[in-house]
Amino acid sequence: MWRDALLVAGKDVRIELRSRVALWQVLPFAVLVLVLFGFALGPGPAALRAAAPGLYWLAVLFSTVLATQRSVAIESGEGTRDGLRLSGIDPAGVFLGKAAAVAIQLIAVQVVLGAGIVVLFDVHLQTWWLALAASVLATVGLSAAGVLYGALSAGLRVRETLLPLLVLPIVAPVLIAGSRAWSAAVSGAVASGASWLKILGPFAAVYLAVGIALYGPLQETA
Amino acid sequence: MDLAVHFRTAVALAGRFPALSGVDLDVAAGEVLAVLGPNGAGKTSLLRACAGLVPVTSGEAVVLGCDLRKDRTLVRRRVGLLGHAPSLYDELTALENVRFAVRATGAGTDRVGPALDRLGLAGRLRRTPAARMSAGQRRRTALAVLVARGPELWLLDEPHAGLDADARAIVGSLVEEAASSGAAVVLTSHEPDLAVPLADRVAVMSGGRVAEERAGGRGAAATERVLVALSQDDVDVA
Repeated sequence: MWRDALLVAGKDVRIELRSRVALWQVLPFAVLVLVLFGFALGPGPAALRAAAPGLYWLAVLFSTVLATQRSVAIESGEGTRDGLRLSGIDPAGVFLGKAAAVAIQLIAVQVVLGAGIVVLFDVHLQTWWLALAASVLATVGLSAAGVLYGALSAGLRVRETLLPLLVLPIVAPVLIAGSRAWSAAVSGAVASGASWLKILGPFAAVYLAVGIALYGPLQETA
Repeated sequence: MDLAVHFRTAVALAGRFPALSGVDLDVAAGEVLAVLGPNGAGKTSLLRACAGLVPVTSGEAVVLGCDLRKDRTLVRRRVGLLGHAPSLYDELTALENVRFAVRATGAGTDRVGPALDRLGLAGRLRRTPAARMSAGQRRRTALAVLVARGPELWLLDEPHAGLDADARAIVGSLVEEAASSGAAVVLTSHEPDLAVPLADRVAVMSGGRVAEERAGGRGAAATERVLVALSQDDVDVA
């Protein structure tokens, strides 16, 4: 399973590096979301600083939808989908590999967005490890949930419009817990922030487990 | 006689629609079977069922000793399917596509280079992304995947389509080499004059079943005899 996951992740990352969709579309989109929300909130620095963690995670969530759509599109051709099924690759390995490739893109997005909220909103993290832990757990959960729901919508003609409807409500706990954990990391309230990791951790674990178990049947029915 | 394919009254569904409606067919190891028939006869569905991509819902369906109704995923690693749409990733080069397909099966990549050479994909062409290849070059790359993987059952859906004369000749020799190495080959075609000369046996499909079976036509005289017999019997082969 791990060998297969590495193979699929390497293939997806290579395809993304070639197509540069993440670089030229997902990243600019994420920054645009951050800037536009900033415009909507007005120039008050206090309001912007308070809203920054929420804006950051909203931008990450929207980027997750784009990165997942791209991940699904890679396998959307009739031939490539059949090729993957005929290769004999463990479906759990396909799931983990695709989730890892999406996670790598989300990490890149978060690095840029992190720099963005520092520059644009003058936000500084007091407890960087809390923010890092929240980001790692959220990234695992978002990529696992995204790829799982991506597989669910893969065979449908309306998948581009359906996927956000499926994914965004499901990842709402990540938005809430990630925003709260980052707010706590900005203010230095470690105890309250750490409690939100108890939502992000199980969310990631559940979606990883469900994905490993269900990706195979979903691949067959898509 | 080892049977690579053994179907008895096999019924398969593509979605909610019947794709095969009671197929009886045997293909022995080392045998080449040409499957002819008009559009919608069930040729592609037969190949996809053999590959375990279309579920067989009733009847008997055994491929390479595995019951397709129970463990079709076990069959997949051992068959090679050349479908209408080549299984290629547009952003990857010919070399990367073949290497990925081979690594996915757990096999070594030492056969990748020779397979690409065999299909005439040398030099810059093997470093060209699939998106920038012509339809014929994409099909050659898809064939190189099969050559590098070396499946026990070759399933070729209209293998001559979109290929130039040179590549068509390569397809012919690949089919012969596969059969002589003990692999079974099932190929479909709308061009009987290309498919029949390669085949030990010819099956004509109609309405999701095998309607006719004849001895094949290796050699020009035998091919002519089969084609004339099919036409005299008014069998719709294309």
